[in-house]
Amino acid sequence: MMEYLPKSARGRASSPREVARQLAVSRRDFLRTAAGVALGGALLSSTIPAKAETSSKKRKVIVVTFGGGARDQETFAPEGQENIPHLMRELIPQSTFFTQVVNRGILGHYVATASLATGVYETINNFASLPPAYPTVFEYFRKDLKRPSSDAWVVAPSNGFNRIGESNNRSYGPGLGARVILPKHLLTAAMGGGSGDYEHLLRDNYETPFFAPELRGGEFELQQLEMILKLSVDDFKAHARTLSSPDELSVYVARQLMRQVAPSLLWITMHDIDVAHAGAYSLYVEGIRRTDRLCAELWETVQSEPEYAGKTTLFILPDFGRDSDEDSAGNGFQHHRTGDPLSRTTWMMAMGAGVREGVVFDRAAESTDLVPTLGAMLGFSPSLAQGKPIQELL
Amino acid sequence: MLPGDLKTEQFSSYPAEARKLVTNYLPALRRLPLSFLPSLLREAIEYDFKFPIERKAIEAELANLGSLSASELQDWFHAFAHISISPELEQSDWVNSPAQFVEQLSAYLWTTHQQDAFRKAALEYADRLRAAAPPEPLPMPRLGIAVIGQGVATSAEPLFRKLRPHGVYFNRVQPENGLNLLLNAVSTRAKAHPLSYGHWYVDGGQADRHDQLLTCVSYKGLDTARAELLRKMRAEIARPGMGPETLRSVMAQIRPADLGLNQDDAVLGRFQVKLLTEGSGTQIFSTTFAQWTAREALRRAQPLTLLVRFAPRQRQKPMNELISGRSNQVELDPAGSLVDADMGAYYNWLNQQRLPGAEQSSFLAWFENHNEAVAIAPSLPRGTESSTSADLATMLSWMS
Repeated sequence: MMEYLPKSARGRASSPREVARQLAVSRRDFLRTAAGVALGGALLSSTIPAKAETSSKKRKVIVVTFGGGARDQETFAPEGQENIPHLMRELIPQSTFFTQVVNRGILGHYVATASLATGVYETINNFASLPPAYPTVFEYFRKDLKRPSSDAWVVAPSNGFNRIGESNNRSYGPGLGARVILPKHLLTAAMGGGSGDYEHLLRDNYETPFFAPELRGGEFELQQLEMILKLSVDDFKAHARTLSSPDELSVYVARQLMRQVAPSLLWITMHDIDVAHAGAYSLYVEGIRRTDRLCAELWETVQSEPEYAGKTTLFILPDFGRDSDEDSAGNGFQHHRTGDPLSRTTWMMAMGAGVREGVVFDRAAESTDLVPTLGAMLGFSPSLAQGKPIQELL
Repeated sequence: MLPGDLKTEQFSSYPAEARKLVTNYLPALRRLPLSFLPSLLREAIEYDFKFPIERKAIEAELANLGSLSASELQDWFHAFAHISISPELEQSDWVNSPAQFVEQLSAYLWTTHQQDAFRKAALEYADRLRAAAPPEPLPMPRLGIAVIGQGVATSAEPLFRKLRPHGVYFNRVQPENGLNLLLNAVSTRAKAHPLSYGHWYVDGGQADRHDQLLTCVSYKGLDTARAELLRKMRAEIARPGMGPETLRSVMAQIRPADLGLNQDDAVLGRFQVKLLTEGSGTQIFSTTFAQWTAREALRRAQPLTLLVRFAPRQRQKPMNELISGRSNQVELDPAGSLVDADMGAYYNWLNQQRLPGAEQSSFLAWFENHNEAVAIAPSLPRGTESSTSADLATMLSWMS
C-alpha cells in the first residue's frame, strides 16, 4: 500500500499533521525550483523588502477564493505546472506564498467560504440558504471603520451564496454587511426568461450535481446592472456572449464593479474547478487552467485601475483541497469527502501593497487566520474570529 | 435506543437472509458502540443483494465480533466509544434505516469536529479486521484491462503518463482485432475459473459481443434506466421544499423495478441502480460511469478479471440541461473523453492494487485502435519503453 502513496506521504508521515507538513514542504520545493521563490522560514528580519506600505485608510483588499481547490499534482507539482502558467510565472514570483493552510472545518463550499469570511469554523448547513452565525469580515470592516455599504462587495456564484455577505449575529448583522452581487442572477434577469446563447454561463452548483435549483433574476438585478455597474442590458448580454464560463462572468462583473464603485474590500468566489464533482478529469483540468488565467487578468486589472494600482493587496486561496488518489475512501480528484490531510491542506498567496515578493513559508496556518490578518492590515478588530493574524504579512 | 437494547423482532423488516444473519449474531451486536454499529448494519441489511465475496466478508466480520472477549472488545472499540452521538441520532430508527443514520452521523461528525477521530478509529478497525480475517488466496492472479480513446484519431498529449512508471510502455502495438483479442482473453480466464461475478466487462458505450460467462454492465444498456432516473429527479427537484439532501434520500429508496431494470439478477440489478443513484456524474457522463462502475466492481465484487472500455461522453453543458434530457442530439467530446479515460485507467489500476493479491496482479491499458499501450505485471520491468511489435494477445501472454 505504501508503494502507492506519494513520496511526501511515505515513511514517517503517519499522522495527518505530518502528512500536511510534508505536503507543504513538497509545495515549497516545487515553488523554489520552478518559480524561483525564496524560503521565508527565517527571514522575518528579512532583507527582502515589502512593497510600499499604504495607509490602512487608503488600502484596498481583494480576496479571491476557489470553490473546491485543486490538488498539487494538477498544479504545483512538476507534472501539474503546465496547468497554472500564470500563477507560476507571473503571480507567485510577486507574492508571499503560504504552502500549508489547513482547514479544520466542514469541507463544503458554502460553509467553508463562510468560515473564511468569519474567521470561525462555521457549522451552518452547507446546502441551506442561511447566513453565517458569526460576524463576517465585511461587518467588522464596515462597523469598526464606519464604511458605507458601497465599500464592501462580494461577487459570488449564484447558488446558496446570496447570504454570505452578512451574519445574523446580534451585534452586527443586518445593514452592516457586504453587498452581494450574483452574476448568474444578473444574466438570468438580463435574458428575461430565455437562456439562448448563455447557458454555458449558467452552470450550476457542481457540489450537488443531482440538484440544480432554478436561477431567478428580476427587477433588483436589472437595477444593479444599470445603476451600479453602469451597463445596459444589451451591452451586458453582448459581452456575456464572448465569455466561456460562470467564473469568467464573475470576473467580468468584478472588474466592472472595480471601475464603477471601487470598493475597498472586494471578495470574489470562483467555482469552475468544482466541475470535478461530475467526474470528468478533462473538465476539472480545464477549470484549473481557466482559473489560473482569470487570476492573472484580475491582477492586471488591479495594476491598471487608478483606484487600485499601488494600494491593493490581493489574496488568492482555495477554500480547501480535494481528496488524494491514495485514499480508498474517496475517488481521487472528484470529491472532497474523505477529510484526509490533502483535502484539508491548501495554500494561500498574498501580493501587492505591503507584501514581500517571492517568499514562501511552509509553517502551518489556518483558514480562520485570514480575517484577523485582514483586520490587522485594514485596522479593524475581528473580536469573535478564532484565528490569528499572519505575522509574515504584517 | 442503544445497541444493548436490541431485540430480534426489531429486524423483522430486513430481507430474509439479512434478518437470519443479523439475529444469529445479536449478542455480539448488543456489545458494540452506537457510533459503529449502524455502519455494520448498513452493510448487513443489503446482505441478500451482495456479491458472494461481500457476503463472506460480512460473515467473517460478524464471526470475528462474536469471538471477541470483553477485554478484546474494549480494545477494539475504545476509540469509537469516545465518539459522542447526539440524542436525536440516538433516538432515530437506526435499526431499520442504518444508511440514513450513517449519513446524518457523518454530518454530525463534521459539525462537532469529530470527523478526524472517527476516521482514525475506522482505519484502525479496518487494519485489525484485515489481520484477524485475512483474505483467501486467489485461484488466479488478477488482471485489469482498460481500453481508452474510442473514436480519437490522435492524442494531443502523451498518454499513460501515470501508469508508465509502473510497467512497460509499448509504442508499436499491432492494433488489429484488438478488442476481440482482449475479450477472448477475458473469456478464456472466465472459462478456466468460472466464479460468479468473477469476470467483468464494463463498456462506457455499447457493449461488444462477449461471452455470457462475463458480468457485463454498459452505459448504453442502461439508457432506459438513466432516462427514467433523470425523469424522477426532475420531478423531485420541482417539488416545493426539495433540497439536495432530501433528493439524495429519495434516490436511495429507488429499486431496480422503479427504473425498469430486468429483475432476473437481483444482485446485479441492485448494483446498477446504486451506480446511478450513488455515483456523481454517472447519469450524464459515460466516462464517469465507466470509471465509477470499475471502482465499485473492484471494491465490492473483487473480480479476477475486469475489462473496461471507455467511450466518448457528451459535451459539457449546464447541469440543468444535462439532467433535463431535453436535447435529442447528443454532441460528443472524444478528445476530452480521452483525457478522462486516461485518468480513469490509472484509477482502475490503483483500485485493483488495493485488493488482495496486488503483488501478483497485472494491468494493461491500450489506446484503442492505436499503437500505444502500457503493460504492468510482476514479470515485466518498471518504467521502461519498448518498440517491440506485438499484438495484444501476445502482450497479455508476456504478462502472465
